[in-house]
Amino acid sequence: MSVESNYENILLSAISLSIGYKDKRNEICIVKSIDFKISTGELVAVIGTNGSGKSTLLKSLSGQIPMLAGEVKIKNQSLEQLSNKNLGAYLSLVLTNEVVSKQLSVKELVALGRHPYTNWLGHLSQEDVVKVNQALSQVDLIPKKDKLCNALSDGQFQKVLIARALAQDTPLILMDEPTTHLDMFHKAQILQLLKSVVKTSQKSILFASHEINLSLQLCDKIILIDRSKIHFGSPQELIDKGAFEHLFPNDLIYFDVKSQTFKMKLNDS
Amino acid sequence: MSSLFKNNILLLILLVLGILLSLSLGSVSIPLKVIIKSLLGFSSENSTWEYIIINYRLPKAITALLIGSGLAISGLLMQTLFRNPLAGPYVLGLSSGASLGVALLIMGGSLFYGILGEFIFSKWAIILAASGGSLLVMLAVLSTAQKIKDTMALLIIGLMVASLTSAVVSVLAYFSSSEYLQQYIFWSFGSLGNLSWLEVGILFIGWLVGLGFAVFSLKNLNALLLGENYAKSMGVALKRNRILIIVATSILAGSATAFAGPIAFVGLAVPHLVRQLIPTNNHRILLPSIVLGGAILMLLCDVIAQLPGSESTLPINAVTSIFGAPIVIWLLLRKRKLNF
Repeated sequence: MSVESNYENILLSAISLSIGYKDKRNEICIVKSIDFKISTGELVAVIGTNGSGKSTLLKSLSGQIPMLAGEVKIKNQSLEQLSNKNLGAYLSLVLTNEVVSKQLSVKELVALGRHPYTNWLGHLSQEDVVKVNQALSQVDLIPKKDKLCNALSDGQFQKVLIARALAQDTPLILMDEPTTHLDMFHKAQILQLLKSVVKTSQKSILFASHEINLSLQLCDKIILIDRSKIHFGSPQELIDKGAFEHLFPNDLIYFDVKSQTFKMKLNDS
Repeated sequence: MSSLFKNNILLLILLVLGILLSLSLGSVSIPLKVIIKSLLGFSSENSTWEYIIINYRLPKAITALLIGSGLAISGLLMQTLFRNPLAGPYVLGLSSGASLGVALLIMGGSLFYGILGEFIFSKWAIILAASGGSLLVMLAVLSTAQKIKDTMALLIIGLMVASLTSAVVSVLAYFSSSEYLQQYIFWSFGSLGNLSWLEVGILFIGWLVGLGFAVFSLKNLNALLLGENYAKSMGVALKRNRILIIVATSILAGSATAFAGPIAFVGLAVPHLVRQLIPTNNHRILLPSIVLGGAILMLLCDVIAQLPGSESTLPINAVTSIFGAPIVIWLLLRKRKLNF
């Protein structure tokens, strides 16, 4: 593989990026000097403790909040130079804490993903309908497409939101904790779905998650945020580096290298 | 397209019935045959009836149609913009702005009665004052809408502006003589009648422009159903869109208030009524039905307000609530949940 083609493959890169919040008076930096490169077709988990800056990172990458320093490039274009309108063709979002109207049919909600491509009235073209149906079949929701979203379970609704992002047809999908509120089975099901999406459709997915154990088994790359520092690499690379060993206070939860999972320390043993 | 037709065919029939009913009923009852004849341009044997239809009842029916649908569209726009089922066309303070304008004219203007003479009680003066008041409030809200990031804060600001203006009206009322006070109260009851064809024409132009803005923002309204973050990620320019929606609402609700006074209930209720019948939030499906629904409700309320067979009329502003509120309550109780 030549250097050239490797360069082409890089979809998203952060170069000495600083993220945080700023207003007129002061600037609160949460994580500094973030560097990573994500290629097409990779499933990447952003992992960190509560308040470590996972959501802040996603918001910065999606242009919802300005970055403090550094640069983010999508397909070799600087994020800051992309207009709001064009950005919709590069990245799509799956957000968990957004209040979404469920008074729409599954098909209608997924079709909203075609927003950047439809005419001024939002009329769906033949191509749009095809893409919507593709997205629905990717998440196995064709039988439910005419149901109101109100009538769906949490896990199914999460799939609808993922299908909406797929219908937006962007090379990159950012997800903020796509598996919260779901039981273990449905968590695994959603993550499995994400894996199959990146495998079959040449998209990359970057998702923030608390599911460390599942993510270690499934993801191609991990972005670990640990006390304002970034560790980036494949799960094995990070395990070999010992990056997980001090993520949580060791008196309660420890990282078991043999099984590559976090375990609880039991007092009586 | 076929579902659009199916959803609205019943409403369309009701609308035609409503128009015929409002033309036929009133202090004088006119047979339907005569109405259809004179609408089609045939001269009838009774020229008084024809005169009543062409110069009094037809403009009134069209006014009801325009105002009912205009207010209903504004209600829909505000409910989606603020993601709040309690929002209506007047949450931004438009009606209180209009009230302030009219109150200043009637109660304040009475001080200058000598200079202005009868002008202050002419219809045009009231229309101008109401539009001026609405416009002022709209400009104030727009200028804050440009600065504010959070749409919900805008809702609070609208409410504050409304209570501020109504406080000023109260102060004016306190110092006014009963005669002028009564004038003002009569205006605030609302009225659909007494509009000349010229005035109906102006109202129609405002309605058309407002409807145009609303149709233009349909696509983005649907995107807003997912919340502002999703909408932004799909390329919606949030601030520009917000301003477009505010301008559309202001034109529709502002012109309605200017010509017919502050009619409260329709704008809030019709979107809910329609959503209970057609369970969707897709604006492309809702908008046509809401236009029809608003027009029908207003026409029926107007018929009721006329108290068929009697000389007196009830204030339209009260009738809309007296007959509309029980329908909304009944629908909610029957379905046991709010479709929003």
